[in-house]
Amino acid sequence: MKSSKRASEPAAEAAPPPAGAVNGAPPLVLVVDDYEDNRDMYLQYLQFAGLRVAEAANGKEALSKTAELMPDLIVMDLSLPGVDGWQATRVIKQDPTTRHILVLALTGHALEGASQSARDAGCDGFLTKPCLPEDLCQEIQRMLGAASARPNAKTRR
Amino acid sequence: MARVAVVPQTRRVPAASNEERLQLLEFLLVTHDVGECAERAVEWLATHAGVRHALCAAVDAGNANLVGLAGHGLGRFTPSDFRLEVDQRGHPLVNVLTRLQPTVIPQNGYTESVAIPQVPYLAVPLHGPVVDEEPRLGVLLVNPVLPRVVREARWVADVLGPRIAHLRAYRGYAENQRRLDRDRNLLQAVIDAVSDPILLTDPEGRMLIANNGAERLFASKEGESEGRQRAVALNNMLFSAALSWSAAAAAPLRRELLLVDPNEGADLLFELISAVVMDTAHGTGVVSILRNVTDLRRATEEVEDNYRRLRETEAEMRVERDRLNLIIDSVADPILVTDVGGAIIMMNDPAERLFTPPKDAPEEAVLRVGANDAHFSSFVANLLFSGETMRYRGDITLTEPLTGRTDPFEAVAGKILSEHGELIGVVTILHDKAEALERERLYEQLKLASSELEDKVAQATAELVRQNELLRRQHIQLEQASALKSQFLANMSHEFRTPLNAILGYTSMLLQGVAGGEMAPPQKRNLARVDSNARHLMGLINDILDISRIEAGKMPLHATDFKVADLVGEVMAEVEPIIARTKVKVETDVAATASKLFADRQKLKQIVLNLLTNALKFTPDGAVSVVARYRPASDEVSIAVIDTGIGIAPADQEKIFEDFQQADTSPTRQYSGAGLGLSICRRLADMMDGRITLQSQVGKGSTFTLVLPRQAKRGR
Repeated sequence: MKSSKRASEPAAEAAPPPAGAVNGAPPLVLVVDDYEDNRDMYLQYLQFAGLRVAEAANGKEALSKTAELMPDLIVMDLSLPGVDGWQATRVIKQDPTTRHILVLALTGHALEGASQSARDAGCDGFLTKPCLPEDLCQEIQRMLGAASARPNAKTRR
Repeated sequence: MARVAVVPQTRRVPAASNEERLQLLEFLLVTHDVGECAERAVEWLATHAGVRHALCAAVDAGNANLVGLAGHGLGRFTPSDFRLEVDQRGHPLVNVLTRLQPTVIPQNGYTESVAIPQVPYLAVPLHGPVVDEEPRLGVLLVNPVLPRVVREARWVADVLGPRIAHLRAYRGYAENQRRLDRDRNLLQAVIDAVSDPILLTDPEGRMLIANNGAERLFASKEGESEGRQRAVALNNMLFSAALSWSAAAAAPLRRELLLVDPNEGADLLFELISAVVMDTAHGTGVVSILRNVTDLRRATEEVEDNYRRLRETEAEMRVERDRLNLIIDSVADPILVTDVGGAIIMMNDPAERLFTPPKDAPEEAVLRVGANDAHFSSFVANLLFSGETMRYRGDITLTEPLTGRTDPFEAVAGKILSEHGELIGVVTILHDKAEALERERLYEQLKLASSELEDKVAQATAELVRQNELLRRQHIQLEQASALKSQFLANMSHEFRTPLNAILGYTSMLLQGVAGGEMAPPQKRNLARVDSNARHLMGLINDILDISRIEAGKMPLHATDFKVADLVGEVMAEVEPIIARTKVKVETDVAATASKLFADRQKLKQIVLNLLTNALKFTPDGAVSVVARYRPASDEVSIAVIDTGIGIAPADQEKIFEDFQQADTSPTRQYSGAGLGLSICRRLADMMDGRITLQSQVGKGSTFTLVLPRQAKRGR
């Protein structure tokens, strides 16, 4: 349980330069969630935090958006209608052209095992709902920063 | 002997030299046969004295006949043809035997029946060493009767007679010896035939004569077994001792003597009979006869044994009789014995109660006894005068003398006969029918009650089985329901999270002014209330999820090493915002000894956090302290959360650990207020092999103590 006091602090700073930004262009984050309100909420906050965003409501759309936009990171809800988050992640991670894209799993399944099955599918990060937008943003920044620290991170694109 | 032709009388023969005489004497000395001696003597006469006819005859052993031994010039006769009965008194040849001097017997001087040539003879009697002794041994007849022949014949008779006497005497001695030997052997055989050992010993105890039985006991040969030799030596010693003891007595003495069987080693008991034998010629001896009485003694012992057994049997019989009396007295049914006249001669105790008036009994009791007697007498009379019938059965009603109660009896009477078949009495057994009837009734009742009970037990058992089955099914159903509930709760919590996520997210953004800028303070305050309630709801959902996971067994433990002080510090940091809003003073005290733990850090933190927030929640003012200690005796670490709050009533102290239970139902401002916190804490503590205890007093405060093993079991 996080304190709300801490969460309010980054908002006051008004869009800090996002980690992982290349040549001035902010990183692109694809938010995949079938629950529209959550999707909208996170999109608003991530945009407010200075990131470029895109959205997808299901697994199939997530795959086509990924191929189309080649985002830097995908926030992947795992419980999705049709092609679910695990399957979508597997497809992305098996495709050489999209393999480098970071996938952050976000799920309401708090039961033991959910985290491990996400990692088995190829997810690079894992968060459970409820997840405040500032916490999600913080984790995205951390992952992007760690990826950019690797010398060959961009050459794969 | 050759038949010699009659030699003419004119034949000249030289006189015998001394050497020729010596030769004859020598021959006679070395020759032991009378016949040979006689032959040689006759030949010598023929050769050296010019004898033409000669016969040497001797009286035989029985003194019955004069028998020819040797002859010369006998013509058609042989010497053995000559035989003359000695008792023919008056016969000239027999008469010769009684004479000392030679006699001339003329040719017609004897009967022709004598088997010799019919010529005149000089008859020289043969005599022994003592010349005068009669009768003569025999006679030597020679012819012709010439002076020289007479001289030489006398000389020959003088040397031949003693020799024949000597040889005859020797033969008689040998004969006697043989007879003695035979007698002795016979005697030995006789005593050997006696199975009892018999011995003759000299005064020194040396064995002179012993039969087979005695030799078996007292004599050993070389080469026999050492055991036998030893036994024989022992027997000799025992025998000598027994004999010396009895030697003094003049009369035959009997005494017992224990010896050893040298062959079998068994003890043998003998009766020793010894008698002194006086023998002036060869000294005094002792004759001993040993009679084996081993078997005799065994028989004696057996007789004694039989006698003893007889005495025992007698004693047993006495005991048996006493016991029989006891038994008869202890039989509940009255037993009576009457003589042939119908008078009671014996009765047991139960009979006495009916047939003998008690001491100092009232008059009516005596009358009742009299009535009983009369009834009984008439009953027994039935059998006494029944002739051949041995038994009689009938009903008889008797009256209890003291109470006057009448009881029906079944009476069975039997005749007692002597061994000669003579009637000597009647024995009667009375059987109380009232009692039997009552018993039968009771038995029937018992049977009824028993079968009723059986039915009830069977019913109860069936019911129990049914209930068990029901319970079993309910148990299965409950387990299924519980599993379904857990699954449902897990699903629901997920469904709850999705909208809550949106609520919390939007509220947070609004409060941060992410979209649409800053709000007015009243709006912001209200929005903060929304945020707080949403978080409370989230806490509830998390708690429910935790319980579901614990119940479903889906909450694994991850034990790690960590410092207790670090953990307490983290908890303190998390509750800092709450502490800031209260007036409560919070202290921590972690002992250095309680520094390290190996446990599931996350779950331990959850417990301590829960206990601490609870303490803060229910402590309006005062102090809360967190105290960690190490318990070396059990190798455990305790973390106590002590508050000075409102306290918990004893009745509620256990209840508060149950699901959805709270002592105080007032609304709360903090999360985890659904009353699930302590329930989860206790379950988590259980999972970690620990426990949570509570000490509390209303108005004074509470102490929740978590105790955990310092080293959690691995592999969970």
